[in-house]
Amino acid sequence: MSSSTEPVLVVERLRREFGRTLAVDDISFSVMPGEILGLLGLNGAGKTTTINMVLGVLEPTSGTILIEGCNIASQRSRALERTNFSAVYAPLPGNLTVEQNLRIFGMLYDVSALSERIEALLADFDLLRFRRTKCGLLSSGEQTRVSLAKAMLNRPHLLLLDEPTASIDPSTADIIRHKIRRYADEDRGGVLWTSHNMYEVEAVCDRLLILSNGKIVIEGEPQAIIREHGKRTLEELFIEVAREQPAPADRTTA
Amino acid sequence: MKLRRIAALILRQFYLLRGSPSRLLPLFTWVAIDIVLWGFITRYLNAITATGMNFVPSLLGAVLLWDFLARVMQGVTMAFFEDVWSRNFLNIFATPMLFSEYIAGLVLTGITTSFFGLVVMAALASSAFGLSFLVYGESILPCLLILFLSGIALGLFGSAIVLRLGPAAEWLIWPIPAILSPFAGVFYPLSTLPAWMRAISYVLPPSYAFEALRGAVAGVAPPPLALLGAIALAASYVFIAGVVFRQVYRYTVRSGLIARYSAETVS
Repeated sequence: MSSSTEPVLVVERLRREFGRTLAVDDISFSVMPGEILGLLGLNGAGKTTTINMVLGVLEPTSGTILIEGCNIASQRSRALERTNFSAVYAPLPGNLTVEQNLRIFGMLYDVSALSERIEALLADFDLLRFRRTKCGLLSSGEQTRVSLAKAMLNRPHLLLLDEPTASIDPSTADIIRHKIRRYADEDRGGVLWTSHNMYEVEAVCDRLLILSNGKIVIEGEPQAIIREHGKRTLEELFIEVAREQPAPADRTTA
Repeated sequence: MKLRRIAALILRQFYLLRGSPSRLLPLFTWVAIDIVLWGFITRYLNAITATGMNFVPSLLGAVLLWDFLARVMQGVTMAFFEDVWSRNFLNIFATPMLFSEYIAGLVLTGITTSFFGLVVMAALASSAFGLSFLVYGESILPCLLILFLSGIALGLFGSAIVLRLGPAAEWLIWPIPAILSPFAGVFYPLSTLPAWMRAISYVLPPSYAFEALRGAVAGVAPPPLALLGAIALAASYVFIAGVVFRQVYRYTVRSGLIARYSAETVS
């Protein structure tokens, strides 16, 4: 992995409208190599919309997204070669086995020495006994682990995680958090992580963005922003921001 | 284009077919039923007509070749529907795969599955009812190409419709071959049709293929220019269907439909 000090992700003045609703309102941020950036906000705050735009499956109304300097709008394939994601709402096809899914996505990401990579990930995510099990037969926690293994196939420089521990037990969630932290520290991958688990976010993320009405309203290191706003915990701060958020009907374009 | 990404889509279909008899059987079952049904109809017609005309190549052959077109179309659409059914759009379109690679993967999957279907069809029709493609002479090759290209164009166009209108639009796609068959003159000369239907036939490449095959059975050499024109027309439909599919894909990325295809299923 690159030892560059350039950001792996640069988002500049990103905006997305759905009809008259403003989902993401002119946000800018970056993710550095080895950094885990937490993206927080109420449901509908614009987190998933932002991730979808970074993944190139949703076109921004305006703004720029650069992944290691590659513009997702004009160099989509090159940008996505170094990116991967896992989201609770995007499980891998349930009619294929764990190993088949990893092989197919490994080929789509053009992973070299694919068989060895699959073996390593099956072991790393404790999936060896499920290799010939169809993904649809796995528990939601096991499916999350498969999705994370898929997300690590191409050793991404940028990893997008949309509530990666939402459906898994606390023990497994802890293991997953350590794996992601290790990936950021040792492999110097940049991570954009959304979660509603404030304990998790506080423990794992180097920096946080709190979105409200599609705007970044708070940005900084977890402990620093808690202190700055005179709160005892991140959860307190999050609740305060949430209660200040106007109703969705007010979020219309000018 | 990276061949490995295209191969991934073919491999996916292979895994699905290998692991699921309910996917494998329809490749051959409906065709086999058609061949048995029409095989006995042609045998009966051969027995009761005094003209001594052999209906096997004109009717049974036509059924088999029309089924071939439908199989090619379904081979393309089935590969696409796998992503619809498994709610896989977000995973697949967030990979570095180019949309042209995705289309190539669907087409090659369609070619592979329809090839096996054709072999089984031809073997069954030949062994049970004595149908031989040799009766069509060398005109069978351009005709197969026309039907094959038309099947691909319909498959891509059908996939574009489902991508645009949503999974429920699948039911608009399956009847397309049945709707087109009266205009394509599968079982009768185009001259049988009223003028307004003939006008539609002229823009359907398969109609030229079936006219040529009927001519070949009657000992009339097919007009090469007409066949060449039909090949060019079918190839242009493949191109147009590919462009339409790509434009629909771009629309779904612009509108957010691709992302919601997966996300909506959670709620």
